[in-house]
Amino acid sequence: MEHALSLFVRSIFADNMIFAFFLGMCSYLAVSKDVKTSLGLGVAVVFVEMITLPVNYLLQVHVLEPLQLGYLSFILFIAVIAAIVQLVEMVVEKFSPSLYNSLGIFLPLIAVNCAIMGASLFMQQRVLLDHENVKAIANIGDAFAFAIGSGLGWLLAIVALAGIREKMEYNDVPKPLQGIGITFITVGLMALAFMCFSGLNI
Amino acid sequence: MALSKKSKEAFLGPLNVNNPVLVQILGICSALAVTVQLKPALVMGISVTLIVAMSNVVVSLIRKSIPTRIRIIIQLVVVAALVTIVSEVLKAFAYDVAMQLSVYLGLIITNCILMGRLEAYAMSNNAFDSLLDGLGNGFGYAWILVVVAFVRELLGSGKLLGYPVIPQWCYDHGYENCGMMLMPAMALILVGCIIWAHRAINDEKK
Repeated sequence: MEHALSLFVRSIFADNMIFAFFLGMCSYLAVSKDVKTSLGLGVAVVFVEMITLPVNYLLQVHVLEPLQLGYLSFILFIAVIAAIVQLVEMVVEKFSPSLYNSLGIFLPLIAVNCAIMGASLFMQQRVLLDHENVKAIANIGDAFAFAIGSGLGWLLAIVALAGIREKMEYNDVPKPLQGIGITFITVGLMALAFMCFSGLNI
Repeated sequence: MALSKKSKEAFLGPLNVNNPVLVQILGICSALAVTVQLKPALVMGISVTLIVAMSNVVVSLIRKSIPTRIRIIIQLVVVAALVTIVSEVLKAFAYDVAMQLSVYLGLIITNCILMGRLEAYAMSNNAFDSLLDGLGNGFGYAWILVVVAFVRELLGSGKLLGYPVIPQWCYDHGYENCGMMLMPAMALILVGCIIWAHRAINDEKK
């Protein structure tokens, strides 16, 4: 339990998907123009991560490893993610049209969001780690904690950037640097700030 | 062999004016993460170029028989198969580089350049033009990687491709490597600066 909690906190701050690994950058930069939309995308990422990662964990531990099919993991993981995204989209559309309206447009985008695939690949590496290691994922509970943590970390990062970009509208940025250029530099500075979490341990 | 104007455009456009990283802002994740040293950046650039070109050709060949509703999954499977091949080859012949690239090799699957090119180009053009478009985008991506990795490795650890290039007397006189260049944050700031320069130059031309 303690281990899961530590994993959870680490994956939000120290191992933040955006600032430490640059995962999910494309949609991160493209959709962070205002806080409301970015919150929608962030919630969708947490949601999909929460479902796909434990499923991929079970597949990795109970199917791929015993059968020694590790080299098929890329195809299997991406198929699981694409299928689950499609499934989630259909379920949400059926049962909660209001949620569908706010999340709907983002769901297809998420199938190719590297943060989701990346989390699954990290999970694959971490399953092999020694149980004492703070990064190890030893059971399904850890997989859940890691999934929610890295999803929330992503959400935090995108909402923070959207907030800064909203304020930056009023600033006088040199013309060639406007838009995407200054956004990169902002994210760089945010990543520097996030580095102070890197020694974090619980 | 004379190339049509369209084919030329498909190959040359992405190298500069329509660069996938600088202008279309695609494939950023891996571009930033593998650029601490020049060698993994080169390998990554070559792998992505090969995979974009091959998957563009394959998808372009089967584009008429792909049902529109499930095209994303089909594209993903084609790409995932190619990535698996490349990663197995790398593990066999260049194990340490493959380990350095770690998850980012697998993440070529979700690299937006691939999906972007497949959707925007290969689905509606013939195989030869798609091949050129794939190569163009791959090289466009690779040269950014190489530039960023060159600066980061040179300033960050004083080496190029693993060989020390800053002479010892510089260190004796108080020169120090800039450790900050090795941090993830500097990759972002460097790419930001490259975009700045690129926009400034291209706007002047207009």
